[in-house]
Amino acid sequence: MSKSRRKFIKQFFSITAYSLSLTTGLLRSSIAMAEWKKEKFQASSYKEIINKLYKNSIFTESRKIHFSRLPKVAENGALVPITVTSTLKNVAKISILVEKNPRPLIAEFYLSPSMAPHVSARFKMAKHSRVIVLVEAEGKFYKKSQYVKVTKGGCG
Amino acid sequence: MSSIKIRTKRLNNTTQIRTLITHPMDNGRHKDKHGKLIPAHHIQQLWVKHNDELITTCEMGGSISKNPYFDFLLNGGAEGDNVNISWVDNLGHKDSKTHIIK
Repeated sequence: MSKSRRKFIKQFFSITAYSLSLTTGLLRSSIAMAEWKKEKFQASSYKEIINKLYKNSIFTESRKIHFSRLPKVAENGALVPITVTSTLKNVAKISILVEKNPRPLIAEFYLSPSMAPHVSARFKMAKHSRVIVLVEAEGKFYKKSQYVKVTKGGCG
Repeated sequence: MSSIKIRTKRLNNTTQIRTLITHPMDNGRHKDKHGKLIPAHHIQQLWVKHNDELITTCEMGGSISKNPYFDFLLNGGAEGDNVNISWVDNLGHKDSKTHIIK
């Protein structure tokens, strides 16, 4: 009995030490393998995401963010292509949001300094909406949006 | 067979990494032909590594299209370098693939 308890305590401490070392390691790296946050992707309005997750940061409209391949009219809402490029320096994060989707946050890309600010993806749109791209570079926030009309919705 | 396809192309000073993943990406809002909701089944995180160094993390919800496609641009990149892409979905399934830049 006492032996197994000793064993348990030993194991417990080694595990906590290991997880502690892991978390401190994670904190150092900005693009660390953090846990997927449910509340971000379950948030149901664009405002909620800005308020809660970006803590009301001010996003300045930027001409240094460029969209290509994003159509003005998307024929199929289940497959809307987007390519985001930027001439901003040290881009750390690119987020794609669709304002009127039931779940506005589409994806977030964390880029290391060895990546060029260029990301492509394909996403779903429920109806006509603004597509908003948020870019974080050198601790500042930028955004660009484009209105996209959808002929056939793709969100169920 | 792996669910991940990786293609790389060396451009002037950069390397384009393109990936196509076979995955249903169900967001939990679609119905099957009997009118029952198909439960959510989508990739949550995707990691891109270059020579074992993490270069991109992508977090996503169910709003990414079925069989997701992504492309990224890596500064530099040389012949023989490794590119590894791995993903995990909300049901705990995982996959990973390594590609060598030509």
